[in-house]
Amino acid sequence: MKTVTLTIDGRKVTLAKGSTVLDAIRAAGVYVPTLCNDDDLKPYGACRLCIVQIEGMRGLPTSCTTPANDGMVVHTETEEIRRIRRIIIELAIANHPSDCLVCDKSQMCELLNVARYVGVSADSAQRMRRGTLDLPVDSSNPAFDFDPNKCILCGKCVRICDEITGTCAIDFAYRGTKTLVSTFGAGPLALSACRKCGECVERCPTGALMPKHVMLPQREVETICPYCGVGCSIFLGVRNGSIVRARASNKNGINQEGLCVKGRYGLDFVGHPDRLTHPLIRKEGVPRGVGKGDPAKAFREASWDEALDYVAQKLGGIRERNGADAIGIVSSAKCTNEENYVLQKFARAAIGTNNVDHCARLCHASTVSAALAAFGSGAMSNSISDIDHADVLFVIGSNTTECHPIIGRRIKRAVKFHGAKLIVGDPRSIELCDMAAVHLNHFPGTDVALLNAMMREIIRQNLHDKKFIAERCEDFEPFRKSLERYTLESVSQVTGVDEEKIRHAAELFGKAKRGIVLYGMGITQHTTGTDNVKAVANLLMLTGNLGRRGTGFAPLRGQNNVQGSCDMGALPNVFPGYQATENLQARAKFEQAWGRKLSARPGLTLTEMFQAAHDGRLKAMYVMGENPMLSEPDAEHAKEALAMLEFLAVQDVFLTQTAQMADVVLPAASFAEKDGTFTNTERRVQLVRKAIDPPGEARTDWEITASISARLGYPMNYNSSSEIMEEIAKLTPIYGGIHHDRLEKGGLQWPCKSRKERGASILHKDQFTRGRGKFHVVHDIPPAELPSRSYPFVLTTGRILEHWHTGSMSHRSRVLEALASESSVEINPADASELGIEQGDLVSISSRRGKVETKARKTRRVNPGQAFMAFHWWDAPANLLTNPALDPVAKIPEFKVSSVRAILAVLERAAEDNAFLTALAENPAGALNAYDLTPEHRAALASGDVEALEKWVGPLEDRLKTWLKLRLKREKISEG
Amino acid sequence: MEPVLLAKRHIENSTDINIAIGEGAYKALQKVLTAMSPPQVHKEVMDAVLRGRGGAGFPAGLKWKFLDKNPKRTRYLCCNADESEPGTFKDRVIMETDPHMLIEGMIIACYAIDAHAGYIFLRGEYANSFRILTKAIAQAREHGFLGDNVLGSGFNVNIHVHVGAGAYICGEELAMLESLGGARGWPRLKPPYAATRGLFYEPTVVNNVETLACVPHIVLRGADWFKGMGSENNYGPKLYCLSGHVNKPGVYELPMGTTLKQLIDQSGGGIPNGRKLKAVLPGGSSSAALTAEEVDVPMDFDSMSKAGSMLGSAGIIVMDDSTCMVNACWNVARFYAHESCGQCTPCREGTNWVARILGRIERGQGEPGDIDMALTICDNMLGQTICALADGAVFPIRSIIQKFRAEFERHVRDGACPFGAKRKWYSVLPE
Repeated sequence: MKTVTLTIDGRKVTLAKGSTVLDAIRAAGVYVPTLCNDDDLKPYGACRLCIVQIEGMRGLPTSCTTPANDGMVVHTETEEIRRIRRIIIELAIANHPSDCLVCDKSQMCELLNVARYVGVSADSAQRMRRGTLDLPVDSSNPAFDFDPNKCILCGKCVRICDEITGTCAIDFAYRGTKTLVSTFGAGPLALSACRKCGECVERCPTGALMPKHVMLPQREVETICPYCGVGCSIFLGVRNGSIVRARASNKNGINQEGLCVKGRYGLDFVGHPDRLTHPLIRKEGVPRGVGKGDPAKAFREASWDEALDYVAQKLGGIRERNGADAIGIVSSAKCTNEENYVLQKFARAAIGTNNVDHCARLCHASTVSAALAAFGSGAMSNSISDIDHADVLFVIGSNTTECHPIIGRRIKRAVKFHGAKLIVGDPRSIELCDMAAVHLNHFPGTDVALLNAMMREIIRQNLHDKKFIAERCEDFEPFRKSLERYTLESVSQVTGVDEEKIRHAAELFGKAKRGIVLYGMGITQHTTGTDNVKAVANLLMLTGNLGRRGTGFAPLRGQNNVQGSCDMGALPNVFPGYQATENLQARAKFEQAWGRKLSARPGLTLTEMFQAAHDGRLKAMYVMGENPMLSEPDAEHAKEALAMLEFLAVQDVFLTQTAQMADVVLPAASFAEKDGTFTNTERRVQLVRKAIDPPGEARTDWEITASISARLGYPMNYNSSSEIMEEIAKLTPIYGGIHHDRLEKGGLQWPCKSRKERGASILHKDQFTRGRGKFHVVHDIPPAELPSRSYPFVLTTGRILEHWHTGSMSHRSRVLEALASESSVEINPADASELGIEQGDLVSISSRRGKVETKARKTRRVNPGQAFMAFHWWDAPANLLTNPALDPVAKIPEFKVSSVRAILAVLERAAEDNAFLTALAENPAGALNAYDLTPEHRAALASGDVEALEKWVGPLEDRLKTWLKLRLKREKISEG
Repeated sequence: MEPVLLAKRHIENSTDINIAIGEGAYKALQKVLTAMSPPQVHKEVMDAVLRGRGGAGFPAGLKWKFLDKNPKRTRYLCCNADESEPGTFKDRVIMETDPHMLIEGMIIACYAIDAHAGYIFLRGEYANSFRILTKAIAQAREHGFLGDNVLGSGFNVNIHVHVGAGAYICGEELAMLESLGGARGWPRLKPPYAATRGLFYEPTVVNNVETLACVPHIVLRGADWFKGMGSENNYGPKLYCLSGHVNKPGVYELPMGTTLKQLIDQSGGGIPNGRKLKAVLPGGSSSAALTAEEVDVPMDFDSMSKAGSMLGSAGIIVMDDSTCMVNACWNVARFYAHESCGQCTPCREGTNWVARILGRIERGQGEPGDIDMALTICDNMLGQTICALADGAVFPIRSIIQKFRAEFERHVRDGACPFGAKRKWYSVLPE
């Protein structure tokens, strides 16, 4: 790398070419005051404080905007510079409120620091002082306030919102001294495009942007965010045994520029009063799942010994009577690697069954099975930072900006600032579509057809990577032949996407020098999930986009440690490190290490466990930190299954809907209360550190599991989680070099086979993990449930930015719950008007399996004929509706396609005991003919006289009356 | 002198293309397209030492030379018609009486710099100019001077008119390009300059209306003819705008280097009502004031700069001895406070503070030390900002305070304005 050498105040400094003079000054260890400069932002040069004298240059240039050239001689402070800086600050604080003693920011206020440093004269500050601007404070959003009176217009917030988060929610308005930072149309932040990530709040140099509740921490602990699979590194601020602040740490190169709203403002659930503090045992004679009112009343507090003995005795008894395979163990992607390891060891060695699984079954099971078949490894092939190096990003079935916000930002930055082209494949018009070159809004469940058509087009235009295919892949010919039937014309009909768009997308991706496919649940959660992922793998191999920087296969993992839970063997068919249970050698190795004979029978998957429980084959379940009551498809069926169990033990941090069904509830420690490791979506194993003590008597999950194991006659004597990691490293080749002491500096990416290795940021570099990449022939198969006359809408489910999965954490965060407290269903305005549904109406959504009532949200984000619901809501669990049909290979349910109908809730209620209203709701024109109406009634309907109708059918609610009037008018019944 | 730029000023319907052609419009273009290569055109302009008429006086030929010539990039020409400087109205006269001269100049310039699109960034208030320009451009297109294959030469060019929204700052080169590109009209950091990263981040030349209007004449009559007018290194005809206390205010075309005294006395017909000259802002409101004793100075770039002021846009604002200089200074200060874009701290806060202090003094509420404070703020703004707006505020304010300090002190001492009546030139500006 080329370097330049400068002289800063007489000291020589050498640094990389392309740096600024300010960088050189900082490198020389010299302080120069700045207010508008930020390392992560482009030079701005507006505060004019960092002026310096450079020999041979006219005037006093700002060091932040001047490129460092070789041989520059820089003086950072002269009499003149000092004078100018002082005047600038005097001007800047002339109308700044002087309530520093009671300002929450004052300890960290950069303005105050600079003012102190430049030595503002009291006299001139006083002379210039005028009243504050007296502008209203924007306190509309629950996370932070904006006080424009304290704003010094350094522009950091505006630039952060553009350059870092890509949201552009705020910009400057007006000019001169009237300049203001404002949202579009000067509305409140709460109603603006602002995503409340708080990145601007973090970097505001004054008290203009401040969190609602500020408490300075006593100490900070570096750990990993417990929400999504991105694995952001955070500093938890701890004060008096509770978490008071979270801010981004920059060690791991994933989130150097910040956090999202969940990471920054959503961690207060840890100290929520609902936390479980004592073991609970179901009271005698209180049946499961029927209680109304406070669910905690069904339980009594118990001592640890009593509760553990009870669990051990029950599990032991069932094993005696029904065999080990009558017990199902549900592990957790929220828990650490060590805890997952201990739990699957407990299942296999202490209980003696392979019935261990976790929620990866519901998200990326299809990725694991398909990518193992195609590449030999089911994980993300490259790193998150590869997004910065790609030419073309293909995001399919992932609402990245809401579900993986920090990766979403990276995508936006790549498109905005690095010139990458974006292709979005999603039935909904998600946020990323705004900047996409092509948006393929295909019909849900037609991914294979779409991808095959793209690949056919790529081959037709001769854009495929023949060298890569010939040298590194196999089975290309049958695959190529299989594509023949996927012509643009036919696929356009199947998917509903214009031919031109498919062709454009194919050209873009085919011509890309470096392309990445990022995908999420939109690909995996289908009965064709495995096929979908295989199609993605085919596309990448066809275009040779694997094994290099800026390319790759990027399944975005959902949970913070779902990658790690899979790695740890919390799956029914593999030991830790994907060593198959069927493999004799592997089994022998683990039998020797664990000192027990291990079962060769493959275990039940999570979805199969519920089926088995329903059939009575599974007698007991032990659930660690999961909430399948809300996350399983067809939740009513899942609830029945749990109710039929002989014994259910749940260990969790809250009394979740699943825990409410349990016989024993064991209070566990949260992420902030234990040591361990999480593995994020890019295979990075990162340290989780204990920040505070668990509340009450709560214990870490591995301690609880080990205690039960000991009571079942299989003691596990671990003293710490790092000791568990030592054992993992010994038995798991891909984790061979992973030890807690090596993870201090931002973690390691597996495979890391020994202490000498530094991890792998790119997989499949010279050859695939399985040798050659395998092309699979996959064909388009329609989803298990298609819209019908009685269920005309296609419902897709997913997440929203502010909440997390079943909400046991995020619903208990003050800020997150305030930001999004109400459930809703997204419905296209065209459909809504057809159904007479207005914004905010309570609508009833029902499928063949269940019914929920929720508020309607009219939005063009969804296409006509489609509806979207997030599955976070307790009052309206979307999974009561979803289809439990499984992918035959991966056993993943089809969450993404189910058929529903929507109807105004008041109408449905009224129609329950009135056949005429039902008929009218369904077919108003027909109703008139089919019913034997008296002329009086007919006249009443024809004239839209609802009052007369009311005499006939009984009193109607106001909303229903308006609906009826509109309906009668719209259908022109008066003419019929 | 035979009028050059204002030759068609008194011809009826001179904006109509047929009349304009009858008067010689587009002759230069025909010459260029039939007989000259782009480098030849460039050389002619270079030889003529055509200095930019927008105010800075940077030679247009040199500006064209610095343009990034990378054939892979798209080049643009922008005509700065955001004539917002107080006291300046010369471009308007060109656009309203001879739009085809400007259009012809732009086409030739585009040809010389290998650009195929020219943008006219027009001051928002110039509704009449907009109407005339759009009509003239449409006519030029009909006559085959614009569009594809101009006059069968194979050269393609288009001209678009963009109307500003009333911000003075958008007359600043890079703020104008930001605004033209669809962003907030804030000046950009320099470097990179417009020649490498201008409109839509592509290489761009920005020239003033008057500068481009000179181009056809230079091409047609040659650099030597052009250099026959004016003084050493300051050649050509120049439009001077006279306003304020003169008998005959207006735009006058004279050779570069005509003295300020001559302009006021002869062209302007002297000061009305037998009053005496007190001060002149010779180059628009951004130039340093000259006193009555200093007006015998040639109005060209170099002489004016030697005299401690600048030619600027040659907007001569004349003030007689009935003028309260504090009020005049306050008025100028309020203009800049109102027009500061708000990006750099010194300018945003400084212009406002100077205006406040001057207002205080004019109202008789000034305190001892206020005058020095205004000067200190001025000194600390000068050269400390991204663009030159703050400098433009400092030059007139500082020079008026320095040259008429006694008057300021009298205001403070007496606690009142000795000129009694509080005349205000504008009432819309902030206090």
